[in-house]
Amino acid sequence: MYPSRFGYELPKTVEEAVALLDAHGGEAKVLAGGQSLVPMMRLRFAAPEMLIDINGIEALHYNRVDADGTVHIGALCRHEELEDNPAIAKAIPTIAAAAPLVADPIVRTRGTFVGSVCHADPQGDWAATMTALGGHIVAQGPKGKRDIPIADFVIGPFQNTLAFNEIAIEAVIPAPKGVRVGNYLKLERRVGDFATASVAVSLDMKGDTVAYAGIALAGVGGRTINANAAASALVGKKLTAENIASVAAAVAAVAEPRTDHRGSADYKRQIVKTFVERILTGLLNTSQKAA
Amino acid sequence: MALDEIKIGGLGASRRRVEDNRFIRGKGNYVDDIVLPGMLHMELLRSPVAHARIKSIDVSKAYDIPGVRLVLTGEMMAARNLAWMPTLSYDTQAVLATDKVRFQGQEVAAVIADDPYIAKDACQAIVVEYEQLPVIVNPFQAMESGSEVIRDDKENQPGNKIFDWEIGDKAATDKAFAEADVISKMELHYPRSHPSPMETCGSIADFNRATGKLTVYMTSQAPHIVRAAVAMVAELPEHMIRIVSPDLGGGFGNKVPIYPGYVISILASILTEVPVKWIEDKTGNLISTGFGRDVYLQGEMALRKDGKMLGMRMKTISDHGAFYADAQPSKFKIGLMHSAFACYDVPAAHLESVGYYTNKAPGGVAYRCSFRVTEAMFFQERMVHAAANDLGMDQAEFRRMNLVKDDMFPYRTAFGFLTDSGQYGKCLDIGMKAIGYDNYKAEQAEARSRGKLLGIGISTMTEPLGAGNSREYDILGIKMFDSAELRVHMTGKAILRTGAMNQGQGHQTTWAQIVAHELGIPADDVTVEEGDTDTAPFGMGTYASRSTPVAGAAVAMVARKIRAKARKIAAHLLEVSEEDIEWELGRFYVRSNKERGVTIQDCALAAYSNMPDGMEPGLENNAYYDPPNLTWPFAAYFVKVEVDAETGVWDVLKVVAVDDCGVRINPMVVEGQIMGGLTEAYAMASMQYQTYDDEGNCIGSNYMDYLLPTAWETPGFELHEVVTPCPHHPIGAKGVGECATVAGPAAFVNAVVDALGHLGVRNIDMPMMPNRVYEALTTGKDISGMPPVKMGD
Ligand SMILES: Cc1cc2nc3c(=O)[nH]c(=O)nc-3n(C[C@H](O)[C@H](O)[C@H](O)COP(=O)(O)OP(=O)(O)OC[C@H]3O[C@@H](n4cnc5c(N)ncnc54)[C@H](O)[C@@H]3O)c2cc1C
Repeated sequence: MYPSRFGYELPKTVEEAVALLDAHGGEAKVLAGGQSLVPMMRLRFAAPEMLIDINGIEALHYNRVDADGTVHIGALCRHEELEDNPAIAKAIPTIAAAAPLVADPIVRTRGTFVGSVCHADPQGDWAATMTALGGHIVAQGPKGKRDIPIADFVIGPFQNTLAFNEIAIEAVIPAPKGVRVGNYLKLERRVGDFATASVAVSLDMKGDTVAYAGIALAGVGGRTINANAAASALVGKKLTAENIASVAAAVAAVAEPRTDHRGSADYKRQIVKTFVERILTGLLNTSQKAA
Repeated sequence: MALDEIKIGGLGASRRRVEDNRFIRGKGNYVDDIVLPGMLHMELLRSPVAHARIKSIDVSKAYDIPGVRLVLTGEMMAARNLAWMPTLSYDTQAVLATDKVRFQGQEVAAVIADDPYIAKDACQAIVVEYEQLPVIVNPFQAMESGSEVIRDDKENQPGNKIFDWEIGDKAATDKAFAEADVISKMELHYPRSHPSPMETCGSIADFNRATGKLTVYMTSQAPHIVRAAVAMVAELPEHMIRIVSPDLGGGFGNKVPIYPGYVISILASILTEVPVKWIEDKTGNLISTGFGRDVYLQGEMALRKDGKMLGMRMKTISDHGAFYADAQPSKFKIGLMHSAFACYDVPAAHLESVGYYTNKAPGGVAYRCSFRVTEAMFFQERMVHAAANDLGMDQAEFRRMNLVKDDMFPYRTAFGFLTDSGQYGKCLDIGMKAIGYDNYKAEQAEARSRGKLLGIGISTMTEPLGAGNSREYDILGIKMFDSAELRVHMTGKAILRTGAMNQGQGHQTTWAQIVAHELGIPADDVTVEEGDTDTAPFGMGTYASRSTPVAGAAVAMVARKIRAKARKIAAHLLEVSEEDIEWELGRFYVRSNKERGVTIQDCALAAYSNMPDGMEPGLENNAYYDPPNLTWPFAAYFVKVEVDAETGVWDVLKVVAVDDCGVRINPMVVEGQIMGGLTEAYAMASMQYQTYDDEGNCIGSNYMDYLLPTAWETPGFELHEVVTPCPHHPIGAKGVGECATVAGPAAFVNAVVDALGHLGVRNIDMPMMPNRVYEALTTGKDISGMPPVKMGD
């Protein structure tokens, strides 16, 4: 790999990192897991003058579930650490389902959840998952911290709303209203491939009534597709075959797929519809079994 | 006592691969591991466009970058008569473009610098002005009248057609069709793929002005051919050229041709007088070096009502890219395409082949196959599947009825090949039993009633391996024999060198086993060396499954020469006449008294210390082997799939492979070859292809787009063996490296098409990506051609 020439800093604290970003006035880039940034540098699609490697900031390396069920994912939490993680699986089943489908096992040991959300790849799994969950990102800049709701954070393909001198230090997913259930399905051509189409579904259940419904899609548009409005039709209702079918159709309608060598726009819509149906039907079946 | 052959690592021993010790420990020695004093680094500037006239090249900004030593352009190559070089198919290929670029990724300039970073920076600083020309990305565009002529550099090249070739008996075939009850048709496309070895191509050229010697370390599957070519093209004396292929990180046919990068690095070293290293990056490898396949195949089969095959008509339209650089025996224009249907008793056949230039990378290498037999066998087995359905016959029974029977050998195929051995029916039976074919029809019907789509695909074939014999097979006039040289040291240890070139096949392991089998010298006592033209005997290299059939035979033959001399020494040591000597593994003994004997090691010592009067000292020899015929392994593959009707995703439930590759030297290595080949077959069927958009941009220029399957999705394989020894090979082996890549893809496609058969689907072209399968199953229509690459809504 022969990227363009670049400088490199390895700060030990977030403050130091922020100061370095500030000092380089937009010419520096944060290096987290490097699993998106480094391939782009290899292809010379990206040629940052300076890399601020945050891997030395041990304080950012965590994931935890608060007593009330709020989940915090630090900027150095690797994809792998969300896989086979009983606390996460209990708190956010959608993350547990998506984790083994992100990239391949090698990439998962390096890539970070927060880095992936920052990268805002329309085909990325975590931006979609976060969108369905409706959490926020905590950003830290020279003037301190601020919370950015996920809907205001990922605003387009490879675009987030961080200022040049801000670092995303953690992702926060709020406590559920009731019991959180969910799932993630992804159609990929082989392991390590980005999604042809994928669907993240997260529901908060009060008894058998839906208290919150979030659905987001990856791979079926020029940006992460937020289908929460379509999903909200389920709120206050019990899951039934009928409302599952109508939500699946509504979600498929908000997808913005394009025809390419992975399939036609219609095909991708069909996958979205099938996956929404399969996930919701699965959730309905398990809740019926539990009852 | 005779030795236990398995214990000494002889024939049939699943001896651990000697190579793996160093590879697993990261101690292999690849071209990029070699560092020479004062070495410079070369990087190529490639064309971003597929077809354009070069108006100007300005390299001045590249020279402004500190550390840049030399920038080479086509003009500078032309001044030394090196702008063009010959290909392996009697065409020419641009080394660095002078007039036009003809495909995306074509070599335009080269920078030689102190390190590869600088070289890459400098490439970006070169300014090339292109005047775009119309782009041709498939043979149908190429054949349109009035289409842009790609090869306007050539005289007598009015359009884009490269060749129009035929073989077979047209009149007899027409007659068969006139008499047929049923005519079944098939039309398909075998997509372009790339061998994509883990290690890309590369070279280090080291020209020493003081000695006049040129040493080139390079990634070549055929170093001796390179030496000959360099001698002829660069006009250097052959004895002053040394080509060394160290460990190769895979080849699969990709490392047979001579690429511009090698040639440029040689000139760069001659000009700079220091070693110059060129290591291609992955994208460079994928977009510019030898691809495989890219053929449109059409044909029809003449059948009698009862299912007997009467005749076969085939036509191929092939896409060769911008230069006709197929690696193939020179007699044939489309490799051994006419080996199609060799396992069936088809009385008459005719093939017409037309090849075209397009604005795509050149190549047409034998990607893990014996020269286009992959396309031939794929077409054959898709045609057979369709014909059985058209007749309303069972897939397996149709095959059984038409396969050449055991008592019909030697069998002359309608295209003129002579197959000589096999037990095709037995292989079919074993496979049917293993896949559970008996109750499959009922199972399929039951599954369909539950909305599940089950399918079983079969693929049976025999393929021609081990070119040549020298009467019929040559590359650029050099006959396709091979060689081995064996030197037994005083203590009975030995070194063996062959003209083949290992690139993962395990020659170091298996050649030693042949020596062990012939001489009783434990395999562990035999060093195997290949790839250095100053030390290895002349050979044609390793590709087309030819090493065991040809070089492996040479190993057996040279060992026999050694044994013949050792026998004379034994007679001398035992003080009896040679006629009274008998051989058992590792030992000569006196016929009348088995106790009195000497080991091969005793003979080796005597060859240097106590030879008979008048005998030349030493125990070494060489053998050049010219095989009397090709070898004909047989394969029967069975794949069972289930298709998800809502997504088009297909899951492989079971794969059964029955291989008859004759005598197995090392069963473990054979099984590794078959599993690797089946993985590639699955890859072709499901995901691995290269395509181009209308502007000639290569889709498949990196591993996000060019998909190689991982261990994750690759199915498991159940392997079975049948052994019919090759009647003419010294140890009865037939070659196996490629059977599974060749016959495998059709088994996967046949399985998916079978699952959808009741919906009226006759064909789904590869890659059978879920969206294509879904479209077929929802529309009941065939899916043809490449996946579209145009983006749309
Ligand atoms: C072979 C391969 C397959 C892959 N497959 C998938 C897949 O199937 N699904 C999927 O979702 N992803 C996939 N990825 C991408 C992978 O998940 C990346 O890890 C992820 O997109 C980026 O995370 P990272 O930590 O590696 O970020 P980096 O590559 O280090 O950074 C990415 C971008 O985000 C910025 N950034 C990162 N962290 C921060 C931060 N804390 N604050 C501010 N800016 C930040 C960087 O400056 C950079 O611009 C794949 C990657 C590879 C190499």
